[in-house]
Amino acid sequence: MNARPAGEAISLAALAPEIIVALAAVAILLLGSWLPRRRQYLSRSLAMAAVIAALILSVARAAQPAEVTAAATFTIDSSLSVARIAVLAGTAVVLVLAGGRFSGHKRESEFYVLLLLGSLGTLVLAGASDLLVLGAGYLLASIPLYALVGFAKGSTDTEAMLKYYLMGALFGVLLLVGITVLFGAAGSTSYADLARALPGAPAGAAAVGLLAVAAGLLFKAGAVPAHFWVPDAIDGTTGPAAAFISTIPKIGALIALFRLSSLPGVPVAWPLMLAVLAALTMTLGNLAAFFQNTVLRLLAYSTISQVGYLLMVAAAFGHSTLALPSLLFYLLGYTFTNLGAFAIVCALPALRTLDDYRGLFRTHRWLALSLIVCLLGLVGTPPTAVFVGKLTAFTAAVDAGLGWLVVLALINSVASVFYYLRWIYPLFQPVRGQPSADDGGAGLPGEAAPSDGSAPTTSHRQGAALGAPSSARVALALGILSLLLGLFANPVLAFLQVYPFP
Amino acid sequence: MLSEVTVLSELPVLSMVVFLPVLVGIGLLLVPEARRRLVAGIWITTTAVDLALIVALWIGYAAGGGRSTGAGAVAGASSGTGAIAYETNLAWMPTLGSGYHVGVDGLSLPLAAMTALLFLACAIYSVRQDHRPRTHAALFLFLQTVSLGLFVSLDLILFFVFFDLSIVGMYFIIAVWGHGNAARSALQFFLYTFIGSLALLLGFIVLYLASDPHTFDIVELIRQDPLKNDPLVGGLALLTISIGLAVKTPTVPFHTWLPPAHTDAPAPGSVILAGVLLKMGAFGFVRIAIPILPGPWHSYAMVFVIVGVVSVLYGALVAMAQTNFKRMVAYTSVNHMGYIILGLGAAGLAAGSNPQAANLAVTGAVTQMVSHGLLTGALFLLAGVLFARGHSYEMTEYGGLAGTAPRFAALTAVAVFGSLGLPGLSGFIAEFQIFTGSLGAAPIPTALALLGILITAALLLRMLAQVFLGPERQPKSEASERDAPAAETPYDLRPRELLSVAPLLVLAVVIGVFPRFLLDLIEPAARALIALVAAGTQ
Repeated sequence: MNARPAGEAISLAALAPEIIVALAAVAILLLGSWLPRRRQYLSRSLAMAAVIAALILSVARAAQPAEVTAAATFTIDSSLSVARIAVLAGTAVVLVLAGGRFSGHKRESEFYVLLLLGSLGTLVLAGASDLLVLGAGYLLASIPLYALVGFAKGSTDTEAMLKYYLMGALFGVLLLVGITVLFGAAGSTSYADLARALPGAPAGAAAVGLLAVAAGLLFKAGAVPAHFWVPDAIDGTTGPAAAFISTIPKIGALIALFRLSSLPGVPVAWPLMLAVLAALTMTLGNLAAFFQNTVLRLLAYSTISQVGYLLMVAAAFGHSTLALPSLLFYLLGYTFTNLGAFAIVCALPALRTLDDYRGLFRTHRWLALSLIVCLLGLVGTPPTAVFVGKLTAFTAAVDAGLGWLVVLALINSVASVFYYLRWIYPLFQPVRGQPSADDGGAGLPGEAAPSDGSAPTTSHRQGAALGAPSSARVALALGILSLLLGLFANPVLAFLQVYPFP
Repeated sequence: MLSEVTVLSELPVLSMVVFLPVLVGIGLLLVPEARRRLVAGIWITTTAVDLALIVALWIGYAAGGGRSTGAGAVAGASSGTGAIAYETNLAWMPTLGSGYHVGVDGLSLPLAAMTALLFLACAIYSVRQDHRPRTHAALFLFLQTVSLGLFVSLDLILFFVFFDLSIVGMYFIIAVWGHGNAARSALQFFLYTFIGSLALLLGFIVLYLASDPHTFDIVELIRQDPLKNDPLVGGLALLTISIGLAVKTPTVPFHTWLPPAHTDAPAPGSVILAGVLLKMGAFGFVRIAIPILPGPWHSYAMVFVIVGVVSVLYGALVAMAQTNFKRMVAYTSVNHMGYIILGLGAAGLAAGSNPQAANLAVTGAVTQMVSHGLLTGALFLLAGVLFARGHSYEMTEYGGLAGTAPRFAALTAVAVFGSLGLPGLSGFIAEFQIFTGSLGAAPIPTALALLGILITAALLLRMLAQVFLGPERQPKSEASERDAPAAETPYDLRPRELLSVAPLLVLAVVIGVFPRFLLDLIEPAARALIALVAAGTQ
């Protein structure tokens, strides 16, 4: 460890996970140019090895005390540890999903490079304690993802990429403007200096600067008012890319927003603004999700509403000691649960609409059960991980005096049940066009007519065939993980309370 | 402290009782292709074993066994009666002040026993389940664990977990095995009761934040009485918790989900919904709302009395207007649950001045929970039998069934008489105690509620006359012609139907004639509860 408290030099040991990911991205870029097409899987193995190595180092580093490094521009604390674990584990999941989708693709290794760079950018966002590093992290977490969204070069992906890029460019410029204004107002970009200078700086300039920086982060999180790209990008692109952009960048953005919100000079109305944004985000996301018929669009709007709940915790920062542990736990649980739902979509690439999922429980029982666990998990049904996240989030918000927001969040949770159930219900329905067991069985409660009872069992539909068995296995694992993290939440919560933000 | 150690070192019998069904259920799903008979056999055996275990717990409890004398005992239980027994308290989420804390007392043990019996009845009734028998059995076993778990929970988060999971389980039962407009009814059920459960969660969070040190443990919260000095927040907490519980109970005006859910649910689903899930709401009042918020309960008791009376009268009047057998029984449930709320409200009024009457009202309310579970469970099973024969719930399409189906008629008559409160059956014991206990504290509402009994009696007797007496009539729908010809189906009860319904009614008669074994269990716990309210109001 670096002995100097200011951490002038770059501590290689403390930054090892980020360095490994960066080196792996470069290595795979070079490797991919030389590898023959049928050997491209080697690049995936290398990416996976790098991510897992970084993950192990992150876990090992998690229990050590917090420190700042690289001239106080990067903070390594429990927040970053959780971000590392969630981002790297999530990237590993997406690597498996991408392997199922792009195995043998002529630009396969490029996909992995873009993934690694995107997750590296997210980590930089999460750890940044200097506005310039934050700006660099924003760009690193954005530009590879534009390419990722347009990877398949189809008409919908290209459109999705363009929308994502235009919105990203706009909010990126806003973020840079905010950094400039804050630098002008406070004379420094380091958070430590900002904390000293901002309270004395011109209030208007500080507010504008902070707001502009927050706008860029809200874009990364996919929150109102920067949410317009989310449905188009997620619905237009491929499953693995959608899984990544809907989950991973949020982690970095929200932790960065937390660091920004804990600066002493934030305007008085800051928590209220976050609360209003949270209310708008969860409500708009939910309302828009109501009558979606394609699963990716439904998931897209559901991720918007989830960001609303996360922003609710952000609004409670500084007013409740539970806020930060809650945010981190929620992010962890959300990552696994949301990726689990996307993994199922990736495992069954032929199914695009809710109606295509009819009869899935009959053909793929465990996959259907896993989908139910993940979707009910997103609702916040116990005992899943998101339930504990929501429980702590609600508690923190009530503690912070945001009772009205909690009531709104509860109403939104109930409303969200409606559209998740629109997806769950068809799983048990007979496939259209087949003799239906329910027509005969429905008339007889608890006593179906023996002749009809065993009707549509044998014929597997072609559409429901597993596109990617590895994705299905990941989906099952994530469903179980989501349950386990909910049932055994205590060690994680205890860790988050023992090592709070310094 | 030594005695605590010995209690903890014993086998966690109660947890075994709770989790045995779900473990068997998961096992059923893992078996690749199980035969229907095997599934039914495993299911019946599991529920029977579970019931036997609970009966053993009951016997042990009545003999004074299994009690912890330490911190677990609720205040007022120092006499050794009404105390919590078979307690397990493990740290689950200590950072959130929540633990895996389970135990039974005189309030929860009768309900747990009733739950186990109803699930056994459903298992027997479903022997010939042909539509996805394995998933059906697994889901019911899951629901059994959830229901038992709820009744033994001594931690708010644990309670909430089971409360929420019961909604999920019942949703699938209605949506997948229901009939008619099942998708819509199931969705309505889920949304309504989910609103309730989240309101409950909000109330729990308020209690958690008010307590010091922060905790979700029910026993600890009762000891702290956290909102004693804050009547405003206490009232708000009671409001949110009561809304949550009232949706599930359900009371007017939160009852609108109940009739469609019942109408479209399969017969065993209706049994569990009416017999067990509705009790979760009513039980929540005696387990959480009253003991943790005794002061606000006393202050706002009149509100509950009025809500109870309105539910009694409204449920009875709307039930009278029904032509559909199942809808009618569903509305009588609103009526019967109204008596419980009335009794609990009146107990809140009388706790300080007349504890004797308050005890009586609470004992009656808990007895009513058990009695309603048994009788309505039987009625819904019989409704399922009726539907299996005639493919219709419309009472006007039937007539004179007493001739062709004497056993069916006799069992229905017993259930109906029990339901309308005839002496000698369990409904009478319950309602008599509620009325006697409530009359002093709330004379006018109680007198109005008595009208409810008259209306229910009228409508149930009218139903009996319509369906079972007069010239014989059976519905001639195309459904019955398409399926098994009606001539081959005997109208009277088959053995499995008889075996599932009869035990419920036998027990209702036993409680009606020899109620002491039940009342001896409930009364000490009710006394402890009233002592808490009396202490909290001073």
